[in-house]
Amino acid sequence: MRGTAAEVVLELQGIVKDFPGVRALDGVDLEVRAGEVHCLLGQNGAGKSTLIKVLSGAHRPDAGRIMWLGEEVSFARPQAAMRAGIATIYQELDLVEGLSVADNVFLGREPAGLGFVHRGRMREAARGVLTRLGHGEIPVDREVAKLPSAAKQIVSMARALSMDARLLIMDEPSAVLAHDEVANLFRVIRELTAQGIAVIYISHRLEEIRDIGDRVTVLKDGRTSAANLDAKGTPTRELVSKMTGRTIEYVFPPRPDHSPGAELLAVEGLSLAGEFHDVSLKVHAGEIVGIAGLVGSGRSELLETIYGARRAGAGTVRVAGQELRPGDVRAAVRQGLGMAPEERKSQALVLDDPVYRNITLATFGRFASAGFTSHGRERTAAVRIADELQVRPPGVERPVRTLSGGNQQKVVVGRWLLGGTRLLLLDEPTRGVDVGARAELYEVIRRLVADGVGILLVSSEVPEVLGLADRVLVMREGRLIHEAEASTLDEHTVLDMVMAGSLLETENAV
Amino acid sequence: MTVLEKATPIPAGRREWSEPVKRNLGLVGVLIAILAVGAITRPDLFLDLDWLWRNELLILTQASAIGVITVGMTFVMIGGGIDLSVGALVALTSVWCTTVATQQFGSLGMIFTAVVVGVIAGSLNGVLIAYGRLVPFIATLAMLVAARGLAQMISGKLTQRVDVANQFINQLSFNKILGIPALVLIMLAVGVLGWILLNRTTFGRRTFAIGGNPEAARLAGINIRRHLVLLYALSGLCCGIAAIIVVSLSSAGAADHGDLYELDAIAAAIIGGTALSGGRGTIVGSLLGVVIFKGITNLFIVNNLEQEYQLIVKGAIIVAAVLIQQFRVSSLRRRTSG
Ligand SMILES: Nc1ncnc2c1ncn2[C@@H]1O[C@H](COP(=O)(O)OP(=O)(O)OP(=O)(O)O)[C@@H](O)[C@H]1O
Ligand SMILES: [Mg+2]
Repeated sequence: MRGTAAEVVLELQGIVKDFPGVRALDGVDLEVRAGEVHCLLGQNGAGKSTLIKVLSGAHRPDAGRIMWLGEEVSFARPQAAMRAGIATIYQELDLVEGLSVADNVFLGREPAGLGFVHRGRMREAARGVLTRLGHGEIPVDREVAKLPSAAKQIVSMARALSMDARLLIMDEPSAVLAHDEVANLFRVIRELTAQGIAVIYISHRLEEIRDIGDRVTVLKDGRTSAANLDAKGTPTRELVSKMTGRTIEYVFPPRPDHSPGAELLAVEGLSLAGEFHDVSLKVHAGEIVGIAGLVGSGRSELLETIYGARRAGAGTVRVAGQELRPGDVRAAVRQGLGMAPEERKSQALVLDDPVYRNITLATFGRFASAGFTSHGRERTAAVRIADELQVRPPGVERPVRTLSGGNQQKVVVGRWLLGGTRLLLLDEPTRGVDVGARAELYEVIRRLVADGVGILLVSSEVPEVLGLADRVLVMREGRLIHEAEASTLDEHTVLDMVMAGSLLETENAV
Repeated sequence: MTVLEKATPIPAGRREWSEPVKRNLGLVGVLIAILAVGAITRPDLFLDLDWLWRNELLILTQASAIGVITVGMTFVMIGGGIDLSVGALVALTSVWCTTVATQQFGSLGMIFTAVVVGVIAGSLNGVLIAYGRLVPFIATLAMLVAARGLAQMISGKLTQRVDVANQFINQLSFNKILGIPALVLIMLAVGVLGWILLNRTTFGRRTFAIGGNPEAARLAGINIRRHLVLLYALSGLCCGIAAIIVVSLSSAGAADHGDLYELDAIAAAIIGGTALSGGRGTIVGSLLGVVIFKGITNLFIVNNLEQEYQLIVKGAIIVAAVLIQQFRVSSLRRRTSG
């Protein structure tokens, strides 16, 4: 069924979309068949999200045709696309935080009679969909705001799934998912495609595209630069050059001779009820320490606690010998700590503010004299970072809201690269960042480290932890269970530890 | 690599005005429209330049107290809060600075008292909100009631006249510098200082950050609580200054001064483009909002229309301003996120 024989369900021709000052789509063609997983590939800002927003009725195209099931259509609003059988999971979560899980799954489509919502039936159905996604344990009555971000992603998937769509669009669904969750997601996708449902899948991770994809369309600068490539057979080199117009030599910069300096961070016996327990670790100047672990293993909470964004129940955090006051972000920042948090929109960005102001959000005081800010100096510094990280489109005056997801992420990380930071806590720094920019970001991180900055890195991508870190800590269920030099580990071992952990239970190194 | 350079064809030669600037130009347009309506309905007055100049100065003088308060309110609202107590604080400070005891210290003593009482009461608002974790609406509502009560208690519900010895205060409302009333100059000075504070200092940056995304501000190491206290203290300070203006205009302090000033100030800020949800707003816009309000009132007066119409039209303007704002925000959102 995954052959040439399958019927074409969707065809886009010459789609154009303009935003003020930016042409996001400049003639995109796309063809999707029933039962296939069609991957969209492209750099940050290439127009992937914009394209699917056009498809799902969130944006109106300025030109071009959309053929859906053989007929030309135009969706005035998202509901119209939904009714036509197109369900979308957006890159940025679109849940109503104050409502329950079940309410969110059926938002706008509540099973009702005479205007009264059948709450029982709704909860039952929500439970069913969640179970199908392998997450029957998410309580359907829980307020969405209280869920961790991975669970939110599942809920938003459940919503799309519950629509019984003929085309399911997923914009970087794996960005917030851990390894095993992605496996789960792929299982569901395979079930769906077996029923003839088409899937459009966006991801920056090539391995995923190889694993789940059937065909690939590559976008570059808002145009289709290659269409309908074979997802399994096309060489990586070709994909990358179609995307970026160049080849990438290596992703991870070569590791310099490892000679960490003085002890910078010393965490001892740190505990936070319900999140992690008795964590001790050290980071030296000029060292990158990576924490591998599943989403929900307490990694992000650990970083936030070290940073003072949460108040530890027990234990101490010392920076260069100085004990930090628990629960005091400002004390941490004064000591030269910086943190790029996990959720960029809610935790890190002032969306309506221009890019440069977001880059200098934590440091504008440093560019000021006697309390007077210096736009000039701030901008110069921000432009430097934005160029270094290739924030696209260039121009630091645009509201950060108008940047693509990956570019927003670069702004969040860039904030702490302005200098003056001694110890950087990075939580999923490359989430949603494309291959090229990722290499660039690693480069910048390496340079910082060479200057003596210490880095504590959390990432769901094991290769990233192994490729970048000097030392790796493995975290599971709120405890550090293993510590080793990165060079002595391989992906498989780490994954085993992260998930089952049974083999290594005995050699609790930390 | 220069991948997306091409995707940014910002049309050359056509400079894009920023959103707030566009809005403020629109407000200036409204002011011109008000003048035009005046010229059409009362050509005898509005085309008499001498009268016109005097009339406009009168409008500005009447706007000066609300104008000063609106500057403080704009800060509070950009920071994501609201201050309902401003009218009551004007009453309280006006009464406190005109007691027999205070007046013994002369005009400067009165000004000092008004400012200090305003700052202390405002800080109290801030402490309740930042450390007591009350929502601003409730905290300042409580302050509204309490401050009015205290004002009545201190004054015994009597009007406290300004002593002849403190002529300076009374004179303020008559004095002109280079033909501009002193009170208007006070409002302008507060506006200019407010503009600098908001747009050129770290204090202003923190205000925008906290209103725009409090969590991001916190994680960037900004001391949110202290800043909230300072914001409400600033609003209180503005109330103190406004109280001097009110006392000067009426030659007296009274517990019923500043009645409903909070509504005028909030409405002016909203008309000026300050977001109720925080993170956005301009001093210039807010002050234009104040002047538009007073200008419309003036139109009604010169045309001898009933007060009732005035109130209805004011209400309609507020609704229209909020609708325009929401429309802008939602169209912006529609263009940007999904
Ligand atoms: N509302 C908007 N206003 C202005 N420009 C916008 C807006 N939305 C998107 N853009 C621009 O359109 C271009 C395409 O953005 P889009 O979000 O589609 O990229 P993407 O391919 O999804 O990138 P990513 O991989 O980072 O998610 C970018 O240059 C972006 O800055
Ligand atoms: Mg995107």
